[in-house]
Amino acid sequence: MTVRAGVLALQGDFREHAAALSAAGATPVLVRTAADLDGLAALVVPGGESTTMGALAERFGLVAPLREAIGGGLPTLGTCAGLIFLARATTGPRPQVQLGVLDAVVERNAFGRQVDSFETDLRVAGWAEPLRAVFIRAPRVERTGEGVEVLAAMDGHPVMVRQDKVLGTAFHPELTGDRRVHTLLLEMAGER
Amino acid sequence: MEQGTVRVKRGLAEMLKGGVIMDVTTAAQAKIAEEAGAVAVMALERVPADIRREGGVARMADPARIEEIKAAVTIPVMAKARIGHFVEAQILEALGVDYVDESEVLTPADEEHHIDKWQFTVPFVCGARDLGEALRRIGEGAAMIRTKGEAGTGNVVEAVRHMRSMTNEIRRLQTLGGDQLMAAARELRAPYELVREVAETGRLPVVNFAAGGIATPADAALMMQLGCDGVFVGSGIFKSDDPAPRAAAIVAATTYFRDPAVLARVSQGLGTPMAGLEIGRIPPAEMLQTRGR
Repeated sequence: MTVRAGVLALQGDFREHAAALSAAGATPVLVRTAADLDGLAALVVPGGESTTMGALAERFGLVAPLREAIGGGLPTLGTCAGLIFLARATTGPRPQVQLGVLDAVVERNAFGRQVDSFETDLRVAGWAEPLRAVFIRAPRVERTGEGVEVLAAMDGHPVMVRQDKVLGTAFHPELTGDRRVHTLLLEMAGER
Repeated sequence: MEQGTVRVKRGLAEMLKGGVIMDVTTAAQAKIAEEAGAVAVMALERVPADIRREGGVARMADPARIEEIKAAVTIPVMAKARIGHFVEAQILEALGVDYVDESEVLTPADEEHHIDKWQFTVPFVCGARDLGEALRRIGEGAAMIRTKGEAGTGNVVEAVRHMRSMTNEIRRLQTLGGDQLMAAARELRAPYELVREVAETGRLPVVNFAAGGIATPADAALMMQLGCDGVFVGSGIFKSDDPAPRAAAIVAATTYFRDPAVLARVSQGLGTPMAGLEIGRIPPAEMLQTRGR
């Protein structure tokens, strides 16, 4: 039996994540309500706009159930906006809705605007082959708390981090054919 | 490190999916849009309803206005260039806007040619009324498509027509044999390679949003149920009598487009929408959608 892996489907590229999870061997489930979280073995918070995701999660009562599920050990991957949404805070002047389940402070749009967006081959700790990583108006991690492991960095700034069962990437593993990041999430689900 | 790749350009549009892009003319409006949950704003001098009413030549917005709007929000900022006006596009790229809309809402600068969008690092979105038009724009380098609809009318009928036309033509391509695709490409006046790709995948190779005449949460959900990836709202928000709640309601409707109970709840008490125009009463010379084919 394959595991059920949720994708938060408020806004963003949740379809690409669902396809990536299928390719990695899971059954994807789109999550739009708290009830959709029942029976999941893993969760993905996709790329999109973090302010939009936060506003919708707050308006539709998803913030507390998400905190409870992820805080309770649900293996979770956040990519780009998803990383921002999982983190404790941003470096920006204006507060936005965040789950605070990853002890990291994130700088939004850290690499610049869309004309500065790029793709590159990224070295990931413990992986033999580099990972093709697509950075789109991407954030990066500025500060990490205890227990946060840095798996990849660009110019000394973390862009892939893990804290226990929470995995965050500043880039978009769902936009390439390489399924190693989603496979890692499903392995974390298997260890549970 | 590679910048401006097809994946990077189309990728930003993927991130906007399921979201609402709102026309704004001031920094204050941009902030209202961001707080309501917009995924991006379109920086303009005048919204389409005003362009339609006031007439005259509509051009790229004042760069100072675009800078103000960029400084006011953290979400992507788009801006419009006239069809074929590649220098306006160069200026918008230099300003660091996140997407250029080569738009029929502005007065065309070239009646024969669109911008060669492959020459740019900044990605482009273009309007289309049918599949052939969409594939011609993608062939020129557009990284995102939207229906043209009929902007500034508050009347969704043309956007519906354009989306249904694209869906029907894609379905028809899927029923054809490989030996029929060249004839289909000629009929659609579209690049053969793209026609072949659509026949195989059953979808456009780029994200396709709804635009032109969307004024209510129900309009947004209608376009989403018809298969659009997201929604542009032009005059519909800031020409209504209470923009902030209407903007938030359209955002909610674009996410929960298949949930009529949510749609009923968010549609309540929004005040009066923009007045709207019947398409049949617009003189043919004033139709925006026929500009640039």
